[in-house]
Amino acid sequence: MAYLDHAATTPMLPEAVEAMTAQLTVTGNASSLHAAGRRARRTVEEGREAFAASLGARPSEVVFTAGGTEADNLAVKGLYWARRDAEPRRTRVLASPVEHHAVLDAVDWLAAHEGANVEYLAVDRYGRVHPDTLREAIARDPDDVALATVMWANNEIGTVMPVRELADVAAEFGVPLHADAVQAYGQLDVDFAASGLAAMTVSGHKVGGPYGIGALLLGRQYTPVPVLHGGGQERHVRSGTLDVPAIASFAVAGVLAAERREDFARTVGALRDDLVKAVLAAAPDAILGGDPAPGGRLPANAHFTFPGCEGDSLLLLLDAQGIECSTGSACTAGVAQPSHVLLATGTDPDLARGTLRFSLGHTSTAADVAAVAAAIGPAVERARTAGLS
Amino acid sequence: MTDTPRPAAPRPLRVLAAMSGGVDSAVAAARAVEAGHDVTGVHLALSANPQSFRTGARGCCTIEDSRDARRAADVIGIPFYVWDLAERFREDVVEDFVAEYEAGRTPNPCLRCNEKIKFAALLDKALALGFDAVCTGHYATVVVNEDGSRELHRASDMAKDQSYVLGVLDEKQLAHAMFPLGDTLTTKEEIRAEAERRDLAVAKKPDSHDICFIADGDTQGFLANRLGGKAEGDILDESGAKLGTHDGAFGFTIGQRKGLRIGHPAPDGKPRYVLDISPVNNTVTVGPAEALDVTALTAIRPRWCGTEPAAPGTYTAQLRAHGGETEVDAELVGGELRVSFKEPVRGVAPGQAIVLYDGTRVVGSATIATTSRRTEASV
Repeated sequence: MAYLDHAATTPMLPEAVEAMTAQLTVTGNASSLHAAGRRARRTVEEGREAFAASLGARPSEVVFTAGGTEADNLAVKGLYWARRDAEPRRTRVLASPVEHHAVLDAVDWLAAHEGANVEYLAVDRYGRVHPDTLREAIARDPDDVALATVMWANNEIGTVMPVRELADVAAEFGVPLHADAVQAYGQLDVDFAASGLAAMTVSGHKVGGPYGIGALLLGRQYTPVPVLHGGGQERHVRSGTLDVPAIASFAVAGVLAAERREDFARTVGALRDDLVKAVLAAAPDAILGGDPAPGGRLPANAHFTFPGCEGDSLLLLLDAQGIECSTGSACTAGVAQPSHVLLATGTDPDLARGTLRFSLGHTSTAADVAAVAAAIGPAVERARTAGLS
Repeated sequence: MTDTPRPAAPRPLRVLAAMSGGVDSAVAAARAVEAGHDVTGVHLALSANPQSFRTGARGCCTIEDSRDARRAADVIGIPFYVWDLAERFREDVVEDFVAEYEAGRTPNPCLRCNEKIKFAALLDKALALGFDAVCTGHYATVVVNEDGSRELHRASDMAKDQSYVLGVLDEKQLAHAMFPLGDTLTTKEEIRAEAERRDLAVAKKPDSHDICFIADGDTQGFLANRLGGKAEGDILDESGAKLGTHDGAFGFTIGQRKGLRIGHPAPDGKPRYVLDISPVNNTVTVGPAEALDVTALTAIRPRWCGTEPAAPGTYTAQLRAHGGETEVDAELVGGELRVSFKEPVRGVAPGQAIVLYDGTRVVGSATIATTSRRTEASV
């Protein structure tokens, strides 16, 4: 079995499993005032401190959520509402068109229901937003911008955005910039303080932590309007009983991800390079997606377009041989849609149907790469015969 | 160690099971697995904008159906995928359906789907991807002759027989078709009991009856919407006298009695039926039931489940999905099928398919082009 879909989810680290299971049998609501509550609170806060430190953030800048999607929604909607409430003119939302649906759909919802004027920033053929593009968009009318949101690295094609430069531009105009760093986390140095971002989303299960836990790193001067109202547990911007086992586990995974990041990028990056070479050798007309420059893309991402093939067909053929990967684009009821990311980069819609994303992770081996190398040529040939339905 | 030679087990095939989310296709897939085949399930997404949930017995392309199919595949233990054939379905089935009605004919989209989607688009893709056969939950029987040729027969359970909607399959399509439900004498109740036994949650799911892409069952509303709303025209009697008006000739089917809204009764007090639809003049002709009696017809686009008949012959014919059998003489003249009925039949409309049988064997099918009435030649 060659599992090459770590960008979807990656196996939990044993240390994270241990941290989680240790807490599952401990009773205590972190908001309770008695001893059990204090014990739970201590676990949460120790986790928060270690977690924050691993991300270059202060503990008070960590808002735990039930995952990346919630953190994205809180950042995008919450900051929009807060900024617009403070100054009704601020209804313009600047977003990259290659965002994950957790951002894209939140932004579109604001346009449909909250009067947001959404402006998608142009990207280059690698899906990258250039700082000048953001500058031009803000400078047109700096006073009506509610927020800008540009992901740190793209989940499909792996292209890395110039986050620091973008944050500098936004800061120049006093516009909060949010970055969905779910894919970059564990692979790039996502240091919150150094990034200059107002808000940043990370998720547990992409770095060996559990599902259902994520965090919004949030500058202390920002108070987004809550999406979830209730007990006010997290800085009064996110309510809900704190998930002590998940937070403890997420913290362990996050700290390890940060510690191992450089080593991960080197070893997994080398495997990825081998995989790219093998695929291009077996299918010479395959097109590598995203930025081909080593520093321009996530070290664990390999994305290809196979002309004349349906991504679905390739996925089925590889799946039957125990190779698990993704077409890379979002599904609607199990049906892969032409990727909005590729369409934004100017890819022909027919071509955009023939994509596969291989994403490596901490359990990937040379044997996984060898399995792909052996299977991909015949699979592409076969899928091409099946053609585009 | 072998003692007595045993007949070779049938070669395990790589089978693609089309799973609609209903009970029949789920049991069919399970039976294919049990027969030793290597089965992969696939649900066809046929609507570009699927509804979230089913409404009773209508539709078969909702997200809920897709999920039901997935759950069935989980229980059966086979890989499962959703394939998007919405564009092909729109082009080959929905557009054709609309165009046929617009031309005053009465199409059967299920036959069209079997011919163009399930046993063409899907089968072609399956074969190209290395599958040997497509398996569906239709009630029909494939008989393999000693020389390897195949015949399509009615299902053992005549009440559930669906060979009519498969009558469009040619020998090549038949060679790669698998209908695990038709091979044994099973009633729908037994299939549901079998699904229950197999822990398939779809065991109690209602059958789908109506046209799957018209979710609310309102065919006339669907057509009116597609064909540009009202186009008022005349309702005439057999002599050409105007009896009333209608909102669009496309909304009618030959043999239709309800919804004519003529207001005043016929002179003889008997109900009136749609006899003829003329899209060119936008008129609908109505008359008594006797005038619906068809004695002969011609049909085009014949497709043969095997060799084309060389000489005129006597067959039984079926004219609609749940219709009975009737005896006919049929002859192929210049690629056109000429059929005469031993006893007049009613409610025969151009656009419908006629399927010819020799006993239980499907001989072939064709699309009805013209009909001859006892009283006068028409259409």
